[in-house]
Parts: sequence; structure tokens; C-alpha cells
Amino acid sequence: MSTFRERARLQLATPELARTIGHAMDVRAEARERVLDGVDVETMRAAARAIRAHTIANLPQYLERFSDAAEAHGASVFFASTAAEAVAHIRRIVREREGRLVVKSKSMVAEEIGLNEALARDGVEVVETDLGEHIVQIANERPSHITVPAVHKTRAEVRELFERVYGARLSDDPAEITRFARDVLRDRFLNADVGITGVNFAVASTGSLVIVTNEGNGRMCTSLPRVHIAVMGMERIVPSFRELSLLLPLLTASATGQRMTAYVNVVNGPRRTGEPDGPEELHIVVLDNGRSAMLPTEYRSVLHCIRCGACQNVCPVFRQVGGHAYGGVYGGPIGAVLAPLMDGFESAGDLPQASTLCGACSDACPVGIPIHELLIALRRDAGAERASLAERIGFALWGRLWSSSLGYRASVRVARLGQRLVARGGRIRRAPFPLSRWTADRDLPALAKRSFRERWRRAGGA
Amino acid sequence: MTCLVDVLYPEIAESAAALLADLGLGVDVPAAQTCCGQPALNAGHPGAARRTARTLLEAFERSEAVVAPSGSCAAMVRLHLPRLFHGTPEEAIARNLAAKTFELSEFLVDVLQVERIAGTFSATVTYHDSCHGLRGLRVGGQGRRLLEGIRGLRLVEMERSDACCGFGGTFSIRLPELATAMADDELDRARSAGADMLVGGDAGCLMHLAGRAARTGGPRPIHLAVLLAQARGLEVTGP
Repeated sequence: MSTFRERARLQLATPELARTIGHAMDVRAEARERVLDGVDVETMRAAARAIRAHTIANLPQYLERFSDAAEAHGASVFFASTAAEAVAHIRRIVREREGRLVVKSKSMVAEEIGLNEALARDGVEVVETDLGEHIVQIANERPSHITVPAVHKTRAEVRELFERVYGARLSDDPAEITRFARDVLRDRFLNADVGITGVNFAVASTGSLVIVTNEGNGRMCTSLPRVHIAVMGMERIVPSFRELSLLLPLLTASATGQRMTAYVNVVNGPRRTGEPDGPEELHIVVLDNGRSAMLPTEYRSVLHCIRCGACQNVCPVFRQVGGHAYGGVYGGPIGAVLAPLMDGFESAGDLPQASTLCGACSDACPVGIPIHELLIALRRDAGAERASLAERIGFALWGRLWSSSLGYRASVRVARLGQRLVARGGRIRRAPFPLSRWTADRDLPALAKRSFRERWRRAGGA
Repeated sequence: MTCLVDVLYPEIAESAAALLADLGLGVDVPAAQTCCGQPALNAGHPGAARRTARTLLEAFERSEAVVAPSGSCAAMVRLHLPRLFHGTPEEAIARNLAAKTFELSEFLVDVLQVERIAGTFSATVTYHDSCHGLRGLRVGGQGRRLLEGIRGLRLVEMERSDACCGFGGTFSIRLPELATAMADDELDRARSAGADMLVGGDAGCLMHLAGRAARTGGPRPIHLAVLLAQARGLEVTGP
């Protein structure tokens, strides 16, 4: 298992990546500012946070209400406590319906449970129908951003990819590439046996599923195939359409700077008698996969997340290295919180360090998750398991020494003696480990001959 | 005072003290203070953080107002110390300290109501909003306000002046390549804005940016307090 640092270095080796991502993130951040111009963001955020906090605090009741309402419409609801259970259930449905071709609309939860790989192993063809997700799929990659999965790819890379995979001759013009993808996908939609989608919101009072897309692929997936399977994290719940009327525009504004996406799909069960179209069956899979374990902890607010990706859009670390550097399904600030909680410190314990704690994520979060504060708490918890002995001893010693000004002054004097070996002309160009990590690319200032407090005392200040 | 400024950049603290004295304030530098504990807290070692932060609680118990030439240290004291000492006998003292602690430019503009600082400084500068000052304390406009009164100084805005420079405390050691890439990004933006100096309110960010600029060139980072004191022609004692 590689470390975040190793993966980040790999991404930094391609400076073009940071430019591509940076540009895309700026476009989104600007669009978001435009659409929220004149809006009282703080009031909206406070209201949204209150809704999310209330919903998550009462999650079991709302899930039950949702499940009852959805089943009353003719859907079947399955609660999966692990990724494996969810995958097994979906595989069984596809197998029993003799599904050969699955069309899929973007779903981070499907990524989380490794659904595509599992279905592929069963010999089922799975086609991603969101253009960005399709690009990532045919490139054999993972989405690098929650709402913009192929943000790391340039136009030229996309064109080359389509030419290689589909043998087409295309230009770099996004419209032309999109038209081509549309033709490819149209055929798949019409021939698919099963449609699989994610869920942006699940409305408890009515049992409705709300799916937002900009390409209309979501509703092709939910209406053309015989069977529709929707997968959702258990925290996707909203109590009723009343709350949705705030959270939905907040999601689209935060994600892409849109007042509303081109398509907002509300699914109320499978086709009913007398209706001309729609799937014969609707299966809803509600996934826990470690979420309920977060409920009683100080990390509960991470379940308030509505997966808008705003924290990724503004994160200065994310814009340098992109989502792949995080090594998991969820990248960026929210991923650095989620991954260690879901996958454990063993594999993702270094992600909370992948932040300068600049707080841009917490500022951008439309539901007020204190993301950078959660990262500090995770560093503490991870440190108990993972921090090197040297680091632990170092900080313990430092804490003792600097708990008095006597120890502080003594340590400064010792360091001043020590730096004679490395400091030249007031600066240090090469220092021993761990400071060598600094001096590899940056100068370090030498300690001043006299500290401020020494100067102050000599000047008669105290 | 901040520990970083004390041992690495004493001229920043001297400039800040000179500015305050210039405005007629009595300045005291209690010797008992060491560090606010932020490096340890952010690295995941709250116990060590509490030990060093305790020195501040004692040192400043009698002070009327505590002014730090750093948004980051001030944010630590104001936002984190009350929580760090929550449920301990020192909680009340920590809350009291939090309520009277200010970042320098914030103190000058918001508390002392300084309209402008008259002085001369010839340079084209851009302003870097340090993260903890900006997003922790909502300080940003104050520094710019103070620069406006300086003769000979031209303030140009760089793109994304509120973006992190990549210092991030231990981040700059744990993920040095990333920190450096972020510094390059910032120095590029400052250069594109036409600035020959980059003004900020936090020694940590400036140390990081200056360390990189020393290798690759670029606008010279300078602390707001140093610039203002020089513009006023205030004497700092020197070594």
C-alpha cells in the first residue's frame, strides 16, 4: 500500500495535472459565487446544517419511514450492513433477471462497494452513462472528483481515449466528443436489461428517490430498462420535500454553481398498472458500510455530507494533486475524513495529514461540516496508533521542555549552538533529518543571534 | 510574541512593539510565555499542546489585551485554547485569555480604531491572507487598510489571495514536495500581479515563501509589522 506522499509525488510529476484541475476548480468556484451572489449564505448554511443534524440524529426512524413509503409504491428495499452484502444482493438480482447489459448512472456508493468489478466478474457488461464517468471507465481509472469524475483529463486525452477504445476519428471539440458518446450510449440504453443509479436524496415522507444529472442519463437508466436498482448510503435521507427545497438547490449551487441541474429526476416506485413506461421492478439498496458506527462518535457530522464536492473545489491540496492521490474512492478534504473512518487507519491513516488545515473546506461546506477540525481530531486518533516513536517522543519532550520559559530558553540556546554546523550567513541550505525535508527545496532561516525576548530585556523593556 | 517570531524573526516582534508604543500604548512582554501549542495540537498531540499553552495562561493573566503578530497563533488562542482546556480548572482563564487576544492588524484597526498609519515605503506589494487569520478570525481587510495610508506604496491584488501558501505547520515537513508546489503557485501569482513584495501577517507562511523564493527568485515576503514600522521610520533595537 502506497502512502499519500508517494501518490502525491507521482501526480506532481505531471505539472499539467495541477493546471487542468486548478482551472476546472476555479470555473466551479466562480460559478458558485455567481449563483450565490446576493444570497444569505450563512442563513442557508445554518438551516441546512440544522436539517442534516436533525435527520442524522433521527436516522433510524426516517429510514424506516422511507422504507415503508417506498415499499407502499411497490419498490423493494434492502438494508445492507456491509459492502459485500450490498454487492451480493445486487448480483443476485441481476443474475435472476438474466441481466447481460447494465447501464449505470454515476454513483459514488457503487464505487465504494466495487460494484462494477463484481458484475464484470459475473460476465455482465456494465456501461457508465455519465460522460465523465464513462471516460474514467474506459480509461480503467477511478473518478478523481465526486461530481466531476474526469476532471483530471484534458480534452486531448479524452479524444485519444475515444479514438483508441472506439476506433473513432474525432477532434478536440467537446461538442463533437459528446455527440459521439451520445450515439454510443443511446444504443446501450435501448438494449440494457438493468439500470443502476445512485441517489442524491431519498425523501422519507413519500419514499421518493431524487437523482440529479446534467445529461439526462439518470432518467434513461431509471425508465428504459426492465429493472432499476438504486444504491444509496444510509445518510442520503431527507425528511420531506420541504427540506429538499433547500437542500436540492444548495447541492447544485455548491457542486457546479447551478441553480438547478438540467435534469432532476424523482422516482416514485416502478411502473404501475396502466402506465405506459418505466421499469417493472425497483430495488433500493441502503448501505451502512461503517456509517452507523460513526453515529455515536465526534465524527458524526461527516454523515451530514451531501456529496457536492465543494470542499474539493476549494482545497489547495486537491487542486495540486487531484483525487487519485488520496488512493481511495472519496478524495479531497471530505475523503481525508471518510477514508480513515471507513477503511481504518492502517490504510488511510496518513490522509488527515494531507491538509494544511487552511479551513477553505469548512468555509465552503454548504452544510457546515467542520472538516478541518475533524482532520485535527483524526490526526490525534491516528497518532495514537500510527505516529512514529520518534515523533511521539519528540512532541512529549518538546511539551515538557517548553512548559517553562527556562526550558524554552535552554532549548533555544542548545539549538543555536547546534546550528553553527549548518547555518551560513543567517540561513540554512542543508539541514539534517527531519529538517532536510524542508531544506531540499527551501532555505530555512537560522535562529537569530539574540531572540526577541533577549533583545527586549537588554533594551530595558522588561 | 509567538515562538517562531521570537527565535527566528525578532525584528517582527520588535516592529509590532514599536508600532504599539508609537500609538501610546504600554507594551509588556511577559517572560513566562513559550508557545501556544498549535504545532502539537495540529500534529495530533493535544497533551503536549496543553503543557506549552499553559505558560500563556499564566503569563497573560493580568494583561489588558494580548496582541500577536500572527493570525495563526491568535486563532489558536481564541478558538482552540478554550476547547483544549475544556473541563479543566484552567478553562475560565483560557476563556478570559481568548476574549482579550487579537491579531496585530485586527487590534490596530478594530480595537484601537486606527484609520491610517502615515509613513513612506516605496514598493509594489501584494497581500497574502493567511488562512487562520482570514478563515479563523475573519481578519483580512485590516492589513490592506493599514497599507493604504503609506506613501509610495502601491497595493496590487493577486489572484486567489486567500489561497493557502502551503506552509501548514508540520505539513511543510511531512509533505514537502506538495508544500513547495503550493509555494511556487503563490509566488507565481504574486509575480503575475506585478508585486515586488508579498506582505503577510504570519511568520510561518512568510518563512515558507521566503525559503522558496531564496531558491527560485520571486517577490520578497515581508511581515506587515516590519513594513509598517519601517514606513513610520520607527527604530527597532537590533541585535
